[in-house]
Amino acid sequence: MIFKGKAHKYYDNIDTDVIIPARYLNTSDPNELAKHCLEDLDKEFMNKVQKGDILVAGKNFGCGSSREHAPIAIKACGVSCVVAKSFARIFYRNAINIGLPIVECEEAVDGIEAGDEVEVDLVNGIIKNLTKGKEFKAKPFPEFMQNIMKAGGLIEFVKGELKKDA
Amino acid sequence: MSKPMTMSQKILAHHAGKEYVEPGDLIFANVELVLGNDVTTPVAIKEFEKIGIDRVFDKDKIAIVPDHFTPNKDIKSAQQCKMVREFAKKYEITNYFEVGEMGIEHALLPEKGLVVPGDLVIGADSHTCTYGALGAFSTGIGSTDMACAMATGKCWFKVPEAIKFVLYGKKTGWTSGKDIILHIIGMIGVDGALYKSMEYTGEGLKSLSMDDRFTIANMAIEAGAKNGIFEVDEKTIEYVKHHSTKPYKIFKADEDAEYSEVYEIDISKIKPTVAFPHLPENTKTIDEITEKIYIDQVVIGSCTNGRIEDLRIAAKILKGRKVKKGLRCIIFPATQNIYKQALKEGLIEIFIDAGCVVSTPTCGPCLGGHMGILADGERALATTNRNFVGRMGHPSSEVYLSSPAIAAASAVLGYIGSPEELGMKGDEE
Repeated sequence: MIFKGKAHKYYDNIDTDVIIPARYLNTSDPNELAKHCLEDLDKEFMNKVQKGDILVAGKNFGCGSSREHAPIAIKACGVSCVVAKSFARIFYRNAINIGLPIVECEEAVDGIEAGDEVEVDLVNGIIKNLTKGKEFKAKPFPEFMQNIMKAGGLIEFVKGELKKDA
Repeated sequence: MSKPMTMSQKILAHHAGKEYVEPGDLIFANVELVLGNDVTTPVAIKEFEKIGIDRVFDKDKIAIVPDHFTPNKDIKSAQQCKMVREFAKKYEITNYFEVGEMGIEHALLPEKGLVVPGDLVIGADSHTCTYGALGAFSTGIGSTDMACAMATGKCWFKVPEAIKFVLYGKKTGWTSGKDIILHIIGMIGVDGALYKSMEYTGEGLKSLSMDDRFTIANMAIEAGAKNGIFEVDEKTIEYVKHHSTKPYKIFKADEDAEYSEVYEIDISKIKPTVAFPHLPENTKTIDEITEKIYIDQVVIGSCTNGRIEDLRIAAKILKGRKVKKGLRCIIFPATQNIYKQALKEGLIEIFIDAGCVVSTPTCGPCLGGHMGILADGERALATTNRNFVGRMGHPSSEVYLSSPAIAAASAVLGYIGSPEELGMKGDEE
């Protein structure tokens, strides 16, 4: 699980209301949600983001609502991975459950600027800023969560578990 | 001998069938109740269908409450609610609450007796942490978790570390549960309890009503917490006996349980508190607000403060007074029963006479859904739980958070202020 792309960087406490405002929650279509991803924070985000890009943010990313629409919108607009100083817990589990890779690493966030080319190795917890030639070490992803991600998200994981029980 | 545990550890261990769980452990546990609403359930239904089974784990242990965009605000919302309604019918979900019998989910479930002490509850709504007021472990999850739990009755958890809040003293004046939780969030910050459990204990609990406790537990998520939980006492048991016939189990923290932090808080010193835009941690006490902050709208209601005590205090202040000309004051009883009780007590008439509008229960304005959206540059004071950018409407609007007492007084004053400015002294009891 290695991702490479251009960094888009934002600050602390990016909440789910700015990731996907409630006025768009009358649909759950990922492509519709993606069109409005982060629009109240940065009107240009949707024009700038390209497939594979990496979202970089400060602490408590995804605070607020339980709306899974938030990680769904981020994933659907092409972001391959989110690196933050810390994640709000419901966002964290939603991202794992839907298979959106996320990594916590304070040093990496401080060492990445918007526009830098970044590479994230999720399993080994290594984040490289290719533009600046710097390398950061994050906590490796817990095996329990790697298994969910490897299965392709919680649904596939649970399908496997249900088969075992049968 | 087993090691000491917190309330949260004990409830999680019990539901995972283990003697002991340690903070950081990743476990699967059986849940007592799975909750969803009209925004989160449609996503959960799509995921549930991918699992490919034709039954839910227990039709009595799922609660579905369409409350966010209901009564439906537009065609898309109506389609979502239709999908939820059909799902509830197909799987014979016992606790599906249609418009007319529904209420705001986190006020409704305790009122219906669906949560009791010791339960493990998950809900696809972040304010599911509200039921911690009853001594249950309850936490918000997403739609995929909801789908999997509907299929299996289980959910994965990382056992949280806990912060202990020892409350002492008695609340005074106009101070309420809302002021206590805003004070705490102001103190520890919006990520002050990230991934952790907030456990409340101490003799100060005695002066807190159940409605105060629901409000405090409701906003645990606003400090980043996984759950907020109150030690069960006589008031809790009295509430449960009055509302539920379900058997319950009391889990008390061991004396020597480990906490990552312990805060001792004298609640007699807490003053009415207001959170400024755009984070619940930006708090000031009412006497620290020296400038006049003029407001366009006041909202009294939501899962945080739409309970009967909240309406009583608002009515006490609004009785015989008028909402400031040009200001909108919108009041939302949180459930049909609360609405009915408010009618019986004459509160609704007081609100209407004062120039407020009273709405059927809905989450509408709290999340900028409908029934009270703010325009460009407008400012609201609300008893809701969040004041993020664009939360209640236009991205350039502003939301301030307060208790119902401060909100009602401000509706009359036209700016953020206290009932004392109207010549009203706070209750001393």
